[in-house]
Amino acid sequence: MAGATAPARSHGGIGRRASIAALLFAAPAFVMYAAFVLVPLGMSVFYSLQRWDGIGKMRFVGLNNYLIVLTDADLLQVIGNAFLLALWFTLIPVVLGLAVAAAIREHLGGPFGTATRTILFLPQVIPLVAAGIAWSWMFANTGLVNQALRGLGLEALARGWLGDFTFALPAVGIIGAWVLLGLCTMLLVTGITKIDPSLYEAARLDGAGAWDEFIYITLPGLRQELGVCVTVTVIAALASFDIVYIATGGGPGIQTTVPGLEIYRLAFAHRQVGLASALAIFLMVLVLVCVLPIQWLTRVRR
Amino acid sequence: MKGLALDAALARLLIIVLMVLTLLPFLSMFSAALAPSGSYPPGLAWPENPQWVNFAKAFEVAEMDQLLLSSLLIVVGTVPLSVLFATMAGYGLAKFDKGRGRWFYLVFVLGLTLPFEAVITPLYYEIKALGLLNTRFAIILPLIGLYMPFGVYWMRTHFVNTPKELSEAAQIDGASEWKQFWLVHVPLARPAIMSLAILQFLWTWNQFLLPVVLVQDPLQRTMAGALGAFQGQWGTDIPLLCAGALLILAPTIAIFLIFQRQFVAALLQGAVKG
Repeated sequence: MAGATAPARSHGGIGRRASIAALLFAAPAFVMYAAFVLVPLGMSVFYSLQRWDGIGKMRFVGLNNYLIVLTDADLLQVIGNAFLLALWFTLIPVVLGLAVAAAIREHLGGPFGTATRTILFLPQVIPLVAAGIAWSWMFANTGLVNQALRGLGLEALARGWLGDFTFALPAVGIIGAWVLLGLCTMLLVTGITKIDPSLYEAARLDGAGAWDEFIYITLPGLRQELGVCVTVTVIAALASFDIVYIATGGGPGIQTTVPGLEIYRLAFAHRQVGLASALAIFLMVLVLVCVLPIQWLTRVRR
Repeated sequence: MKGLALDAALARLLIIVLMVLTLLPFLSMFSAALAPSGSYPPGLAWPENPQWVNFAKAFEVAEMDQLLLSSLLIVVGTVPLSVLFATMAGYGLAKFDKGRGRWFYLVFVLGLTLPFEAVITPLYYEIKALGLLNTRFAIILPLIGLYMPFGVYWMRTHFVNTPKELSEAAQIDGASEWKQFWLVHVPLARPAIMSLAILQFLWTWNQFLLPVVLVQDPLQRTMAGALGAFQGQWGTDIPLLCAGALLILAPTIAIFLIFQRQFVAALLQGAVKG
């Protein structure tokens, strides 16, 4: 880490004084962090070992709640939904972003660049709830998606997408992809401008085609940016709540229910605080387990 | 060179397609918002008789003026304190990297990937015990805590890269730690602080889960939280819902368009650092 350049004068008093100064500067931040993150996290672990309806007496049940999370068919489907969503949230923005980046390979300057950035970032700026509302209308019976299908003479395909057992989850996936598309595209376009152009020239002299350039220069050169895109999109999918709550409410059935929504429902509608907490801890670990390898794989050694 | 020109044209075409796809949901909402209230408009078509009055109606039923005020109060309560605390902690932990400082930093970074859903249940009981349920403090206080991992990480990264000589010069002039921080480092960190403030403004304004769980009254929530309630109430009246949603979006989009450059820079950096 870059901080290692500090002079090593930490013998005796100065080191301790410096350490105390650091603590004092960090104290307000730490108090808030402890009060509203560390303590609740500890409570989550504690609740997860209890059977509790939120009002009455708690009953210690050990790891039973975790056992339910790992064996209950519905909860497993809910967790599986999160992974399916992660595919939609990640693949579409990354593939389209890569296509744009590889094709353009130079900075988006001038008014066209400004317009591009502004428009592609709009979905990042609005609340996810608004994205959910806009797309519920797009996918509605009389909405734009069906209007377009009818216009193309594909009347038979038209349906209430978000209420359809087969298509509700992909539809939610498309909403997420729409939200994340601009960020991924701009990250990859910015990343590709940092690749040394002489690499492409050298490759061309060696007779490499466009595909070879993409595989051997562009992809490795974008490793870090790809890592960022996948990290952001996977977290957005695994921890999704707003879009699903608004667009489908988890339905039809539990076809689009995700862990975030299920935690909310278990804790506040079904009053199963212990089980909700176990699922919450499980979700936290799941995000870590998915994100850490991505970070590690795509890290650029400096 | 001809190949390159073709590539560029193709790329532009692809980008234009992506831009159209990005804008379509907004346009579709806009055209629906102008249809007669209670009707089922077609997905995208200019209505024969645009009902601009829908916007006025939605403004009134959503009590937009109150919502704006509420969101502003929450942002003003959250962002300045959160940015100040994160800046102080980032400074302290960057400057005093050894020993306890390092260990402390790791505790903060632990929270970087934490989904808010993981702590929402205990937060509810904690806020209830503090007697703050259904007040704006129920949103403000937890958000300050939840923003700390990212804020501390962001500011520490900035301060680690500022030259040590600055502090040493100030130290020779007899400035205390506190003075060095305020008079030398904070002014120099202004760009990093601005970006952090922009990101946290957006996250606060758009926060949905906390308001929905911790505050019953939509008028005491953030814009996003209130939008959820509005949807619950008017979900079947598509023109009115679309008009309301657009109104609730308008302030964010206006601010974004004005500070477009700063927002984009902050969002891109934020993604890379987060």
